[in-house]
Amino acid sequence: MSFEPKITAFVCNWCTYAGADLTGTSRIKYQPNVRVLRLPCTGRIDFMLLAKAFARGADGIIVSGCHPNDCHYTSGNYHARRRWMVYRGLMDFMGIDTRRVTFSWVSAAEGARWAELVNEVTTTVRELGPYQDYKELALAGVE
Amino acid sequence: MDLITKSRELLETGAVKAVIGFEAGRRGTVRPAFVREAAKASTLVFDERCTQNLAAYLTRREVKRMGRVAVAAAPDTLRALLQLMAERQVKEEEVLPLAVAADGTVTELPCAADVEAHLALQAKELKAADRELLAKLDAMSREERWAYWQKELSRCVKCYACRNACPMCYCAHCTMDCNRPQWVPVASHALGNLEYHMVRAMHLAGRCVECGDCGRACPVGIPVHLLAFHCQESVHAQFGQRAGTSAKLDYALSTFRPDDKETFIR
Repeated sequence: MSFEPKITAFVCNWCTYAGADLTGTSRIKYQPNVRVLRLPCTGRIDFMLLAKAFARGADGIIVSGCHPNDCHYTSGNYHARRRWMVYRGLMDFMGIDTRRVTFSWVSAAEGARWAELVNEVTTTVRELGPYQDYKELALAGVE
Repeated sequence: MDLITKSRELLETGAVKAVIGFEAGRRGTVRPAFVREAAKASTLVFDERCTQNLAAYLTRREVKRMGRVAVAAAPDTLRALLQLMAERQVKEEEVLPLAVAADGTVTELPCAADVEAHLALQAKELKAADRELLAKLDAMSREERWAYWQKELSRCVKCYACRNACPMCYCAHCTMDCNRPQWVPVASHALGNLEYHMVRAMHLAGRCVECGDCGRACPVGIPVHLLAFHCQESVHAQFGQRAGTSAKLDYALSTFRPDDKETFIR
């Protein structure tokens, strides 16, 4: 059986979630590998949530919210951006594959863009294969 | 004036209730000392063995209860003190830093501005060993870095010595002790070890004063301080600020500029 990646998407309630909703109501088809988790704001998307997603078997992660200046809470995405800038560097420094985490901005009007994003990420992660490095961690010591 | 004379004077006049410094321990080591009587000031020592960052004690409740304390401070201790002031954990009037020069003379730095001025004259440099290791890690491929950290972290026994040694780890309720939800597995386990050190580095990003005490405290010699250093350098490179330089510094990750530059967000 060919490998089908599991993609976890952490999206903000106000933009990307509504954008993904629009993808559906616009009847745009996209890869079914994504599991969407809705959070109030990208500012709420803690780096520990991303670590947890990998630990629970995600092969890839999408983190997406409102474009800069469009935040429902004025500055949540700006704060999130700073955190990602540091976190992404740390992931790379610790040897975590940064190609498996995609950060993006998708607005509520960009239904087509969401489909495109999911398709792109799914293809990339499918090529990368299962995230064996991290999966081995969770199983370490379990016979 | 040397540290002993100064401490005796401060305790006699009642200017401070205690002096935090070092005293001789066993087998030629030194250990932290809390001197509360002028008569005991003569036990204080301060030399190149005194590397522990004493600022870690300043946020402890039992130390706060003592009243105003003086602290025999190396530059890293002073940096940590400024950062604690910036984070409003220590008030200017609660602590009297005593900067000890190489020849043993002591300078009182009664206010934060004095500490800042004093630190401005001290160059901050990474240790040669750390610089080499960072360069080595930099030259590695991602897979090699992963293997390196997995091998290093496999020795971690989750003793939390790194957390306890750190002057910036003062939360009364630490994520590591949080049971509901349990963010990080408690046992010393590959997954929990990776997550613990990642969480610690991220929580120190923009706050670490790069004293390296976490790495020195590690009983199995994991260079955990490099993770915090890496985040700190990345904050400095991207947002242009360094923790421990001012008593009035905004936390880099709780502020922002609309024009922060990144290249990876799609």
